[in-house]
Amino acid sequence: MSKLIDAAFGIHPKALALGARRLEVLAANMANADTPGYKARDIDFRSALREATGAAGGGRLERTHERHLAGRAAASEQLKYRVPNQPALDGNTVDAELEQTAFAEAAVRYQASLDFLASRIDGLRKALRGE
Amino acid sequence: MSLFRIFDIAGSALSAQSTRLNTVASNMANADVASSTAEGVYRSRQPVFAALLRGERGAAKDQLPGVQVLGIVEAERPPRVEHIPGHPLADENGYVYFPGISTVEEMANMISASRSYQNNVEVASTVKQLMLRTLQLGQR
Repeated sequence: MSKLIDAAFGIHPKALALGARRLEVLAANMANADTPGYKARDIDFRSALREATGAAGGGRLERTHERHLAGRAAASEQLKYRVPNQPALDGNTVDAELEQTAFAEAAVRYQASLDFLASRIDGLRKALRGE
Repeated sequence: MSLFRIFDIAGSALSAQSTRLNTVASNMANADVASSTAEGVYRSRQPVFAALLRGERGAAKDQLPGVQVLGIVEAERPPRVEHIPGHPLADENGYVYFPGISTVEEMANMISASRSYQNNVEVASTVKQLMLRTLQLGQR
């Protein structure tokens, strides 16, 4: 039963969690827009999602022997430093406009995931009621 | 839920920026305060920002920082000296000392602080909407 629900929800719960994490990273960037020496960071959403869903080509460690320990890349390893466009003299690499647009994009993606999930829940409910 | 952390982060930034606005207001208000000695003159105050990591040190690498005000430093700019013998605060040579504060610099500082403040308010309100929508997920 839970497998059915998992299959119905698909990628979206993970996309939602990753989206929340990315919003957090971007909020931290914007909060530190005036902090000397702060380096802007971001998540590579595509590869992080690929890794979270366990698809091939992600940063996952493959086990070639059954006695190997299962390895998992930590969340911090998905955080990457932004290539600065015009770094400030005090070592700060936050570009406020870039972060604003990235934040808006991330918020819209988060809402899209929410809408997908809502429609899936609707579908499941209809199926359960047999309408 | 990691969205809650954003309120901490944006909140720390709001508090830091409002400290900065406060120092700007203080500097502007005291820009023309005269003194009879070079030592007694008002010096412009500037906050020093630093990234703020909460919790134990081991987790710091994965954690996203807010902002804190490390302290407020007084600028080492020499006072403006003017020769006004009739001034009530003039010293025996007729000199009066004014703070070495550039109001243009302070205004630019204020605009930058208020823009950053607005940015973080926007972040907090967007995240609040997203959280409310997440809570309503599956309700009808």
